[in-house]
Amino acid sequence: MISPPARRRRCVVLSSVSSDSHTWNLVFLQLLLEEHGYQVENLGACVPDDLLVEVCLARIPDAVVISTVNGHGRLDGIRLARRLRAEPALAGIPMMIGGKLGLQGTADAASQAELIAAGFDAVFEAGSGPEVAEFLARLGAASPARPALAGPAPGGNG
Amino acid sequence: MSGTLPRPAGNDFSDFVHERSRAGELVVQPRMGFSAPERMRAGLQAVRAARATTVGTITVDSYTRVGDHGSVREALRTGTPLNGYPLVEHGPETNHRLLAGLAGPDFPVQLRHGSALPQRLFEAMLAAGLTATEGGPVSYCLPYSRTPLAEAARAWADGCELLADRAPAGRPVHLESFGGCMLGQLCPPGLLVALSVLECLFFVQHGIGSVSLSYAQQTNPAQDLAAVRAMRRLAAEYLGAVRWHVVIYTYMGVFPRTRAGALRLLADSVRLARATGAERLVTKTAVEALRIPTIEENIEALELAGEVAGRPDAAAGLSASAAEEAALHLEARTLIEATLALHQDVGEALVRAVRQGLLDVPYCLHPDNANQARTLIDETGRLRWRRTGRMPIAAASVSTATGSPAFELLDQLRYIERRCDGVLPGPARPPRSVTG
Repeated sequence: MISPPARRRRCVVLSSVSSDSHTWNLVFLQLLLEEHGYQVENLGACVPDDLLVEVCLARIPDAVVISTVNGHGRLDGIRLARRLRAEPALAGIPMMIGGKLGLQGTADAASQAELIAAGFDAVFEAGSGPEVAEFLARLGAASPARPALAGPAPGGNG
Repeated sequence: MSGTLPRPAGNDFSDFVHERSRAGELVVQPRMGFSAPERMRAGLQAVRAARATTVGTITVDSYTRVGDHGSVREALRTGTPLNGYPLVEHGPETNHRLLAGLAGPDFPVQLRHGSALPQRLFEAMLAAGLTATEGGPVSYCLPYSRTPLAEAARAWADGCELLADRAPAGRPVHLESFGGCMLGQLCPPGLLVALSVLECLFFVQHGIGSVSLSYAQQTNPAQDLAAVRAMRRLAAEYLGAVRWHVVIYTYMGVFPRTRAGALRLLADSVRLARATGAERLVTKTAVEALRIPTIEENIEALELAGEVAGRPDAAAGLSASAAEEAALHLEARTLIEATLALHQDVGEALVRAVRQGLLDVPYCLHPDNANQARTLIDETGRLRWRRTGRMPIAAASVSTATGSPAFELLDQLRYIERRCDGVLPGPARPPRSVTG
């Protein structure tokens, strides 16, 4: 059996969407993910799509977590998922979005399907921080030795 | 920097607020914005007709706030509702129709936006005939954008001068600082008060003669009362020459999920406004935790606030200690003086103070913020400094809990939610478990 290359801490890029200025969700998720052993690149509020793509290409993270609560999450999420998935190096990285994704507070089934179709692997409702961590943990358990990080991700849509 | 300071100026909005305040009334105002002009107008009409002393609000959508006008046009083209009124994209004609026969001296309307780079919004606002808005170079940059603070300070300086120079004849602009809110929760009151005063000084330096200082309800009523009284004293000391009033924001953090809890918190904010002599209150609704409120839910909140404000005993039972007020006055004054000592230009002083960590907003992720300060909620429900970083003020000497930092933060973020939804009794927290 070939042992995996020296294990580094799994890296998550954590971000809001371009129109969302809220950050408490991001502060909480950063702490939570760090407690679960992840190294977190927290991009903060109002992240332009270009910046998110740039950081993801530079880091090739183990997962991308998008959290947004201002109600434009469906519109912004669909757009940026397509942007990220259009980059060959990011095509297989697990991506999830969560929060208050629509003006009514929750994303309906059709919106969730649209977000998944655009490239997300999972869509979470507001207040699902622990579920996000569990989802990531499951991904981690499924791929103890994913050396290249750019290959198709277990559980991903690739 | 303007050569001469502005004279105290009247303004439709502030004249109305001062006049109603002299008559013993509390002016109440929603946070409200809808993308469709018909719905926005219906909302303003309903606010005007509400059984309370009201001013109107137009809250812009968050694409407009960040200057993403392309996304606004796309949403308008496809009929996708936005989370506010896109003032710039709708244009002057639509905006005039929105306000015609509705906004005026007896029903002034304020633009609320959240933009770190406000010039285009200010131009659109003046073109629409509006002369009241809010925000600030720090309060709309650090918490709500990734714009470098120096750039936001320049943009706000230009924006203020635009408002001062281009206001309609005889109708100077009123500007409210959002400094009393910042991230909405977990910012100890001394820093909120200092930022409100500093931003108003910034506005005044750039030609605005009518301002308001904000303070967002926090986690302990007695501490809030002491903080707002300290803020009034500081405003009198620093802003004596201009026309100013105080606006309270109903709690801006994680909101109670029950209807009873949400309305109780709203009523508490009215009592705070009455006890402090605040002239105006910006309300929240019963569904704040769940979604963007409807017109009817906003009206319900305004009418409840008006009803509570009208009770003769509205402020009964609220008291603050002189010692607490003096301590908060000193803490805020120390932060103000440390900032003003850095440069004679208030904007440059603010930029340097943040860069040096002399002003440090706890948990704020903006790249220019030191983000070394941390907050705790003590056993009385008061916000205290757990760490003050490089700020020239002291942290509380309290032992801190150990455990999951994430869930400890969540616990603090949800303190008000739990208290108002009946999970915690009274304003005070139960004593810590001995086994904890």
